[in-house]
Amino acid sequence: MVTDNRPLSPHLQVYRPQLTSVTSILHRFTGMFLSLGMVAVVAWLVGLAAGPGAFDMVNGWLSSPLGLIVLLLWTLSLFYHLFNGIRHLLWDAGWLLELKGAYASGWTVLVLTVVLTAIVWGGLL
Amino acid sequence: MAEFRLPKNSRISKGRHHAAPEGAKNIKTFRIYRWEPDSGEKPRIDSFDIDLDDCGPMVLDAVIKIKNEIDPTLTFRRSCREGICGSCAFNIDGTNTLACTKGIDEISGDVKIYPLPHMPVVKDLVPDLTHFYAQYASIRPWLRTQSPAPPDKERLQSPEDRKHIDGLYECILCACCSTACPSYWWNGDRYLGPAILLQAYRWLVDSRDEATGERLDQLEDPFRLYRCHTIMNCTRTCPKGLNPAKAIAEIKKMMLARRSL
Repeated sequence: MVTDNRPLSPHLQVYRPQLTSVTSILHRFTGMFLSLGMVAVVAWLVGLAAGPGAFDMVNGWLSSPLGLIVLLLWTLSLFYHLFNGIRHLLWDAGWLLELKGAYASGWTVLVLTVVLTAIVWGGLL
Repeated sequence: MAEFRLPKNSRISKGRHHAAPEGAKNIKTFRIYRWEPDSGEKPRIDSFDIDLDDCGPMVLDAVIKIKNEIDPTLTFRRSCREGICGSCAFNIDGTNTLACTKGIDEISGDVKIYPLPHMPVVKDLVPDLTHFYAQYASIRPWLRTQSPAPPDKERLQSPEDRKHIDGLYECILCACCSTACPSYWWNGDRYLGPAILLQAYRWLVDSRDEATGERLDQLEDPFRLYRCHTIMNCTRTCPKGLNPAKAIAEIKKMMLARRSL
């Protein structure tokens, strides 16, 4: 019997996304995006150290439409990663591991993320 | 490194359509993954229009009807048709479950049926479970003891201790949970996956088992246990309503507890 030509059955292509799997992959994506965002923070600090001209230039980038969009995504990522990180800590302690708790906490994280981002940007604008 | 696309030989091509018989009024379309090992062709999706007025209520009833009346080459595993043997586990309507306990009326639109995800396909809906069973054997799923058995009776267990294995012993090893787990898709060669870890926990908490330390030693590994990232597809998909994600979290807690002693 030939076995080495066996196909691999479809996986990501056919598996229906679940709230818990989506919040899981979002945790990873927001974590990566936060790391990239640190480059912007460092650029801002370098600008601050280099003098008024450089600082104005970095501030100009960050307050351009594209810069504001990136900062908004960064804020969303920050709050999402923070709250979902707390959710992971609660899981590690053995809590919220029934489906009901996992779903309720997942929706809570999403709502808190939007609300806190709105509060921060509301305060800025 | 995880490979997110299907290999070339696994990509799905167009299949055949089988129309419903004349006069059928209550028609539902079943789209079923097919792969014939001897044909040299790629996998395909065949569609079958089924008259639900002339078919049993469960997805398995329709699949058996297709094999009996339309295409006898359709290949799948089934046995008990009442959710206790675990043979007819497929990916149905996007999640893994047993075809015999999944009602056709639970699914809106066409019924899409694939083999359990990210597994080598033997034929049609039959995945190769060899590796899954080898992983099960690797946790030595039986009562391991040092002390001699009582000469005149069984090894007894109090009702309270017996309760610890409720929600664990009911697992039928259908592999729905493990093949729903993205971590198992990407690292199934080394990660044991939810089904096997639930069984590992079943023996860890059995008051009669005396190999707890050895069992934990075997699981103390970055891949075997710690590839679980609480994605919870396992718990969501289990057709028996068990909770592998919680069992895995409990094993992680046992690891911490013994380290802090």
